[in-house]
Amino acid sequence: MLRFLLTRLTLIVPTFLGVTLLTFAMIRLIPGDPILLIFGERNVEESVYNQMKADLGLDKPILVQYAYYLGDLAHGKFGTSIITRTPVLSEFLSLFPATVELSLTAITLAVLIGLPAGIIAAVRRNSVFDHTVMGASLTGYSMPIFWWGLLLILLFSVTLGWTPVSGRMAVKYFVEPVTGFVLLDAAMAGEWGAFRSALQHLILPAAALGTIPLAVIARMTRSSMLEVLNEDYIRTARAKGLPPWRVVGLHALRNALIPVITVIGLQVGALLSGAILTETIFSWPGIGKWLIESIRRRDYPVVQGGVLLAASIVMLVNLTVDVMYGLINPRIRKGR
Amino acid sequence: MALLEIKNLSVAFATHGGEVRAVEGVDLTVDEGQVLGIVGESGSGKSVSSLAVMGLVAANGRVTADRMSFAGHDLMKLGPRQRRGITGRDVAMIFQEPMTSLNPCFTVGFQLTEGLRTHLGGSRQELRRRAVELLDQVGIPDPDTRLGAFPHQLSGGMCQRVMIAMAIACNPRLLIADEPTTALDVTIQRQILELLLDLQRKRGMALILITHNMGVVAETAHRVAVMYAGQVVEERPAAELFRHPRHPYTAALLEALPERSAGQRRLPAIPGMVPGLGDRPEGCLFNPRCGRVRDVCRAARPPLLPTDGGAVRCLLPLGAA
Repeated sequence: MLRFLLTRLTLIVPTFLGVTLLTFAMIRLIPGDPILLIFGERNVEESVYNQMKADLGLDKPILVQYAYYLGDLAHGKFGTSIITRTPVLSEFLSLFPATVELSLTAITLAVLIGLPAGIIAAVRRNSVFDHTVMGASLTGYSMPIFWWGLLLILLFSVTLGWTPVSGRMAVKYFVEPVTGFVLLDAAMAGEWGAFRSALQHLILPAAALGTIPLAVIARMTRSSMLEVLNEDYIRTARAKGLPPWRVVGLHALRNALIPVITVIGLQVGALLSGAILTETIFSWPGIGKWLIESIRRRDYPVVQGGVLLAASIVMLVNLTVDVMYGLINPRIRKGR
Repeated sequence: MALLEIKNLSVAFATHGGEVRAVEGVDLTVDEGQVLGIVGESGSGKSVSSLAVMGLVAANGRVTADRMSFAGHDLMKLGPRQRRGITGRDVAMIFQEPMTSLNPCFTVGFQLTEGLRTHLGGSRQELRRRAVELLDQVGIPDPDTRLGAFPHQLSGGMCQRVMIAMAIACNPRLLIADEPTTALDVTIQRQILELLLDLQRKRGMALILITHNMGVVAETAHRVAVMYAGQVVEERPAAELFRHPRHPYTAALLEALPERSAGQRRLPAIPGMVPGLGDRPEGCLFNPRCGRVRDVCRAARPPLLPTDGGAVRCLLPLGAA
């Protein structure tokens, strides 16, 4: 197990370097100049422009800039935003909880609905339920998030008026941030009005973001269960005279979960990229919206640092999933 | 009174090509403490018949019988819950592939105590003590530590011993062993078989031994049922069946045993093939391969006719006066 962990940790280094190189190169390859964007329509004097360029270190050859960037990273410095002049790391940390709250809610919804739906679809194979779930999940999986999000807003916010259109909480409420998760903070402070408002704001974006993982989980659970239900050990479990819920919910599910956990882990990457779209549509103040704005302003340090931090979290989650995989599947735990 | 009594059992499966009958009109009787051998080629319906007794036929299978009773319970009339109360407790079964028949995600101890907990209950310590006892009885060394082992850490023979321990956990009155040694090494086969027979004698339980190994049956069974293409073609006391087979198929099977044809250049074989599920012949199912076939054999399915000590499904049985 320790050796397995060490191998996986070593593999993270090249991935990490690859991400720095890609974000560094790509944000510079697209047209646009951060200094010109700051000044906008107004013309900037050449001396001022050159001075700013030198201040930001953008006058140096590109390879030197990259070397400086890597050097800063080695010292744990993620740079400072060109626009707001605040450190990228602290901006990231203040916005990240919002994204986590949204993503966690989305994946929880996806697991809570997708897992049972997949199990029932497998047990009642070829039933109306099975066909409905599989049809719906195919539709959900194929739906572009930005379009699906807008449809949800149109129906629930505009037509029915059940939920607010955007934001994280109604303006009249304020909750002292403790965990950074508005829902939790409101509940801990006993501010039930704020809690209700936060929940109302959260539900639509979480549904939009959770749709694709929900579809993937439901389909994966179904196919994995179908495979496992044909195994000899399921017949053995039935031969013991165990009740059906125990045969399906314990003997089959434990085995069927192995590939499903992997898929859930892989969805974390998809959640973060999905969060970028969802946060933009619903004006959710998380890192997705922050990154989109920083790209628009060509805020090089924010793009580089933000993407790198997000990528690190994805890598960390994938590693955790691999470790969990070993905990569920004893053949892997002892095999290595 | 017979422990297990089956009259006219049929199992049909719904497939895309229509309904196919895997088992057709099977009659079987097992008495308390008796060993019944069921022999036959692959696909002759041996396993499906026993799965029907366990109530484990797949969802697309339809089980019908005039009578299927176990120890006074009419198995055809019991609800699923009462049926489960018998399955695994009074009737237990072990299977052909011990390595894949144990759940890879749970320890031996968990799987072993599960049936006990469901049917008999008991405290953790009691269950554990009982599990150790069972593993010891089936000849697993160091049973205390083996309780924490996962199936992939055991050999095939060990897995089959665990399966046997699981099956006998609740003191069943009938144990069905479906080709319990087929997937094992020859040296292990002998040990497992002896273990099964030893347990059968000590506990006085009835045993249905399904196999295609005639030699094993000859040594162990009190009675033998020979199955062919989903039907029982001959069912008689073992010694008599082996000495004077009545059905031409039984006779042909015995002639094909290598030990009976020592000195001959070629092993005798039965010409032709077992008919598939979809292409059963008219009349007697064995008629296209039978050396004694007459026109009457092609006209209608022969019924199971009483003969000395048992029954035979042949209009022109061997050795008849």
